[in-house]
Amino acid sequence: MKKLLVLGALAAMLASGTALADTSGKKIAFSNNYAGNSWRQAMLDSYGIVTKKAVDDKIVGAADIFTTADKEVPTQAAQVQNLILQGYDAIVINAASPDALNGAIKQACDAGITVVSFDGTVTEPCAYRVVVDFKDMGKQEVEQMAKFQPKGGNLLEIRGLAGTSIDDAIHAGILEGVAAHPEFKIVGSVTGDWDQTTAQKAVATILPSLPDVVGIVDQGGDGYGAAQAFAAAGKPRPTIIMGNRQDELKWWKEQKDKDGYKTWSASIAPGVSSLAFWVAQQVLDGRKDIPHDLLVPYLAFTQDDFEAALPKIKEGGVATHEYTQEDALAAIKANIK
Amino acid sequence: MTAASLDTTARSSAERGALARARLLRGLLPALSLALVLLAIAWLNPRAISYFGFSLMLNLAIPIALATIAQMFVIAGNELDLSIGTFVGFVGCVTATWLKDAPLIGVAILLGSIGIYALLGALIHLRNLPSIVVTLGMSFVWQGLAILVLPKPGGKAPDWLLAIMSFKPPFIPFPIIAALLIGLVVHFGLMRTSYGVILRGSGGNPAALKRAGWSLLKTKIVLFALAGLFGVLSGMALIGITTSADANIGNGYTLLAIAGVILGGGEFVGGRVSPIGAVIGALTLALAASPLLTFMHIPPDWQVAANGAILIIVLAARVLISRRER
Repeated sequence: MKKLLVLGALAAMLASGTALADTSGKKIAFSNNYAGNSWRQAMLDSYGIVTKKAVDDKIVGAADIFTTADKEVPTQAAQVQNLILQGYDAIVINAASPDALNGAIKQACDAGITVVSFDGTVTEPCAYRVVVDFKDMGKQEVEQMAKFQPKGGNLLEIRGLAGTSIDDAIHAGILEGVAAHPEFKIVGSVTGDWDQTTAQKAVATILPSLPDVVGIVDQGGDGYGAAQAFAAAGKPRPTIIMGNRQDELKWWKEQKDKDGYKTWSASIAPGVSSLAFWVAQQVLDGRKDIPHDLLVPYLAFTQDDFEAALPKIKEGGVATHEYTQEDALAAIKANIK
Repeated sequence: MTAASLDTTARSSAERGALARARLLRGLLPALSLALVLLAIAWLNPRAISYFGFSLMLNLAIPIALATIAQMFVIAGNELDLSIGTFVGFVGCVTATWLKDAPLIGVAILLGSIGIYALLGALIHLRNLPSIVVTLGMSFVWQGLAILVLPKPGGKAPDWLLAIMSFKPPFIPFPIIAALLIGLVVHFGLMRTSYGVILRGSGGNPAALKRAGWSLLKTKIVLFALAGLFGVLSGMALIGITTSADANIGNGYTLLAIAGVILGGGEFVGGRVSPIGAVIGALTLALAASPLLTFMHIPPDWQVAANGAILIIVLAARVLISRRER
């Protein structure tokens, strides 16, 4: 599978893996607060695949996964404390709350444990945060749109779950992109909650009141629903940015086979868990120059490579990518400025 | 005739002896289950049995123990409180915001919330409403208020609270001292004072108490106010440990607190509770649910189910032994 990692992929081969310390005896735990949806399942699968190989290759001594029984903060705080007692050298965490786990995270740091958070990151300064650059993703959507619709025109925006930092960041990126491309104008905005059904309903409701739309910028998980809404209304099909979901890429392929339809797709890869693992490994390796806030690339597909990826995604699932140690080194390098 | 009466006294003293032994066993049961869980942890991870280990494993058990005591007061009055978890969350949000930035307003809000608890007790008694329905409704009210106070996770615990919760006394870890203190204070108040007897009696045999001239309205108000007080203490202790709040932080406590009371030798019939047992029950649950599970190295797919299984096994053991006593 050819993957386009928008940031730093080219640097992957150039980055040198300088091993300063031996991590083969180190133990890394993964504290996870929820496993109940397809994204989280893909996240756990990716983590399991990568860490199993790392343990087999004697890169680390152990990499165990711990999932709490409920989504509650105190349960995960207790879990982190128990992992401290277990004598783990590092804890990779997808946290239930950005702030309320800080007490337990601080205790872990004080016990000399490296903490790397991702997806659900923590604000405690001693921890590392692997953050996907959602703002750049939003901006890139408009950049790509400019390629497919060089004449510009009206855009419809589909927002994600209200009140989340992810929705905020992507939206800000889209606004920045539109500011840089004055030929585009956002004429409508609906809330799709990253869900095809919700997006379809929302788009269908606003469609009659909209002028002609050339493109849709969205947040992933909503592109297929938007396409359905346009088809049902009998309106011409706009350029819809996709979000790596299996149903979205499948629809894209159908349209491409029919008349060469062109678009672009991007989202956060659940496999970012494996990237967090490698960051933890690098810190244990003795690297002192790793920034505590790591901005990492999102996973994007273009007209040329999405069809190769499609068969590998589970029905109803989302495209993922297992990160390698080299990917992590490249990502770290890209963040040291 | 003398022989016959002697015979009956002998028999009744033997019966009394058996009953006393059963009661002793029942009293020891919570301690026994705690010892079992501790042994299992010691076997799985000897490193955990240390000053540092106990401090870490048990400090989150303190808010659970306080919430369990709160629930115990309500159960003593033959009622059930389904709102204690979200109430703890609400108190947590107030602690991390108002209590730090404007202590006077914070204290006023917390006292006011205890007052609301007392009013709930009065409402339940006067209108003869089922407490489950009233407190279920209140759980949504507390949750909503918590989100109003703290729309997104954050806030910070007051410094004095952080200092108390991270206090490191010599030799004995702080959570153990705190647990002993909570258990003994409540034991003395509820089991050794005369008004404590009245409070328990109001749940166990309200008709008799009423006939003896005691106000059942007053006892219910006192029981619910005490529940509110310990709920406030629980929320504050929790924020002292986590350092920051989240509107959903206490949601899991409602059922943990009920399980803690039952595991600690309490019963749903009212009046039959044990404060020391409740504290031990809370500690056992906290240890069984988290450290024991983490140390067992169960594959991730089974961890959630294993958590439930451990709780059922611990509670079933308690029911089995108390069955034998009859």
